Amino acid sequence: MSITVQSRRQTLTPELARLNREIEQYARGYGLDFYETMFEVLDFEEMNMVAAYGGFPNRYPHWKFGMEYERLNKSYAYGLHKIYEMVINNDPCYAYLLECNHVVDQKLVMAHVYGHCDFFKNNIWFSKTNRKMMDSMANHATKIRKYIDRYGLEKVETFIDICLCLDDLIDYHSVFIERRPKHKQQAEEEPAIVKKIAASEYMDEFINPKEFIDQQKQRLEDERQKRRRFPEEPQKDVLLFLLENGPLENWQRDVLWIIREEAYYFAPQAQTKIMNEGWATYWHAKIMTERALNDAEVIDFADHHSGTVAAHPGQINPYRLGFELWKDIEDRWNKGKFGKDYDECDDYGSKREWDLGLGLGREKIFETRRVHNDITFIDAFFTEEFCHERRFFTYQFNPERGVYEIADRNWKSIKQKLLFSLTNFGQPLIYVIDGNFENRGELLLDHRHEGIDLRIDYAKDTLKSLYTLWSRPVHLRTIVEGKGKLLTYDGEKHLERKTDG
Amino acid sequence: MVLNIEQDYLRFRQIVRGKIKQDLKKYISQGELIGKKGKDFVSIPIPQIEMPNFRFGRRNTGGVGQGEGEPGTPLAPGDVDEDGNGKAGNAPGAHILEVDLTMEELAQILAEELELPRIQPKGSARLKTERDHYSQISKVGPESLRHFKRTYKEALKRQITAGTYDPLNPYIVPIHEDKRYLSWKTKQRPESNALILYMMDVSGSMGDEQKEIVRIESFWIDTWIQTNYNGVVTRYIIHDAVAQEVDRDTFFHTRESGGTVISSAYDLCNKIIEDEYPQDLWNIYVFHFSDGDNWSGGDTDRCINLLKSDLLPKVNLFGYGQVESTYGSGQFIRELENNISEIDNLVLSRIENKEDIYQSIKDFLGKGK
Repeated sequence: MSITVQSRRQTLTPELARLNREIEQYARGYGLDFYETMFEVLDFEEMNMVAAYGGFPNRYPHWKFGMEYERLNKSYAYGLHKIYEMVINNDPCYAYLLECNHVVDQKLVMAHVYGHCDFFKNNIWFSKTNRKMMDSMANHATKIRKYIDRYGLEKVETFIDICLCLDDLIDYHSVFIERRPKHKQQAEEEPAIVKKIAASEYMDEFINPKEFIDQQKQRLEDERQKRRRFPEEPQKDVLLFLLENGPLENWQRDVLWIIREEAYYFAPQAQTKIMNEGWATYWHAKIMTERALNDAEVIDFADHHSGTVAAHPGQINPYRLGFELWKDIEDRWNKGKFGKDYDECDDYGSKREWDLGLGLGREKIFETRRVHNDITFIDAFFTEEFCHERRFFTYQFNPERGVYEIADRNWKSIKQKLLFSLTNFGQPLIYVIDGNFENRGELLLDHRHEGIDLRIDYAKDTLKSLYTLWSRPVHLRTIVEGKGKLLTYDGEKHLERKTDG
Repeated sequence: MVLNIEQDYLRFRQIVRGKIKQDLKKYISQGELIGKKGKDFVSIPIPQIEMPNFRFGRRNTGGVGQGEGEPGTPLAPGDVDEDGNGKAGNAPGAHILEVDLTMEELAQILAEELELPRIQPKGSARLKTERDHYSQISKVGPESLRHFKRTYKEALKRQITAGTYDPLNPYIVPIHEDKRYLSWKTKQRPESNALILYMMDVSGSMGDEQKEIVRIESFWIDTWIQTNYNGVVTRYIIHDAVAQEVDRDTFFHTRESGGTVISSAYDLCNKIIEDEYPQDLWNIYVFHFSDGDNWSGGDTDRCINLLKSDLLPKVNLFGYGQVESTYGSGQFIRELENNISEIDNLVLSRIENKEDIYQSIKDFLGKGK
């Protein structure tokens, strides 16, 4: 396969520029609020390249991008998959259009992009992201290239590989919460009280001489120091813990910091996938059907739109789920289908016909897009009516028949499953418990077991990666098949021990 | 726009190839893994390099879906996202990536690893063949070769220029001048053809394991020779006390019993070459696999004579691979070593088990003939 990288920055053709101005006007007219948005036109190969880099034209060198590129190219070639659009959370927003798309597709994509841009700018979970990420990514790339020049490709690449194994061990909420006081409070601790040896008062200074008392005090103090744990509280941001406490060289610390920075940047996009895609879909549908479409384009638009929101029986399509929820919310608040009266009404007929004519829908969806993330969004708006109307179900593997089959249509269990799959992005919860485990400077992690075991072979390999960063034995406390286990990697071999509980 | 995808892509390919390289021995001794698919490609499943992280094991917890159906309705297998089960995160699931290597690439890796020299064909320039390629368009031709799309285009163009095209009633009627036909061009190219002739002892002492070895080894020999020649013909001979020509499938699956008369196969081989493949036009490769247990010393002498006087002068390479077997005496290879080891285009190789295939291929093809 030959790749030609051309540095042709294609600005919009006059026709596309005109369309863009038109769509932007419509979007602003609806109240969408976004940073300036720069469109670029790419051919499919360039699109795949940019997509492989997560949308950023300049990333640090790593084979994983090449792997992603090959996957995208192959799936494009076999017609499995096509990227229509890409948009970057940045100020200004960058968005890419596919060169060979039909005009109606370009319009739709532009409308969709403005939906995303509005979401990026206004959703609270994005509020702490770096809005100059385009530049930062390029800086990261420069730094890592510099390290590669200095320390060699193999060495740096191997280190990046290790960091990437761990880059999901971050604390997605920590950017909003002060987990610990900025200055460590020197809290007045109870002075250690030395137990004296019982003696009558007149004998005391002989039986408990001052030297002895001081010695005892010192001993207690030492013990207290030893007992003192770090971190003081279980820490979910394992990467931060390693950055602050791991015996790393400067360049390694810098690389790890870069990987962590980028992981935090991408986190909100995963946190709001359903809302964000739904929001953009809602707006492209709205802008297109109410404003931008002309008669000849209706069929093409319908075709594309229905592809976007198609349901696949065994999967959740975030575009569809989000889109339907946004429409449902708007409808409910327009008609006043919320609040005490509505909830307590048990006449199905009048509930369905319920319409107070409040017209609060638009306001409500704008408010919702500001404050929610996927978990709270589903929790608040995935109502029983919605669930039944949209025909949701849970499925289960039936070992006897060897197939997945529909298990039930119970709203509670559907919602619970949905929420569970969103919690921590469906990843296990891992905390640092002790950086001085057994007083030997070993690292202890804890897996908060919530009913599903870890994949043990992967966990072992991950411990190995951790070992390279920590240079001392690393332990993971977890539960395997109902029994407490301590997995250890000591630099040479893996150990498994039973633990209590 | 600065894009370094080329570097990253090459690096990825390098790693994948490195993986193949490291595991080449494994692939070679587990020949089953590599199936030749279609004409040119082999698919080697390479697990897409995956970063191990803390993740959940087999969940079997199912997930959430949307659509019609009562409890108990099965879902189509492709519909279920088994790994992520409906989670909306952005992490792609685990994939097995099949790296398609062309036979060419595979042979290249093989050659790099085994340090195989490129084969020098003999008498290649002498022969030229002509082939017709249907790559042209012409205004005349038989109706059976009419190019519908081009014809339609021409007619459309003509009607638009003539103003007889009506978008509301878009009938296109081609007339004689519109018609376009596929046409051919004759190309000459130098021919270098090769014949690979495999002979195998299928007497009672050759078991399944021995045949497996022969099969794997012949796959790799084919692979390499095919990258070196334009046209490769492969013929198969099996023999016990008598020899016969068979097709590929039979070659690898027949199990006979009875004695072994190797000269019968050499006779037949000689006859095939004599009758059908003039040696000045063909590059001839003969490989013989046996457990080395010939019927009698007299027959072995006959074989040696046949080789010396008839076969070896005609062929580019004669490879004899002796497969270890519990029954065979393995005498044949020693006789050959003692009598005709000095001849350049005879290669002898002992293959005791699957691990040795690697070395044996190197023996056979390392001479660059």
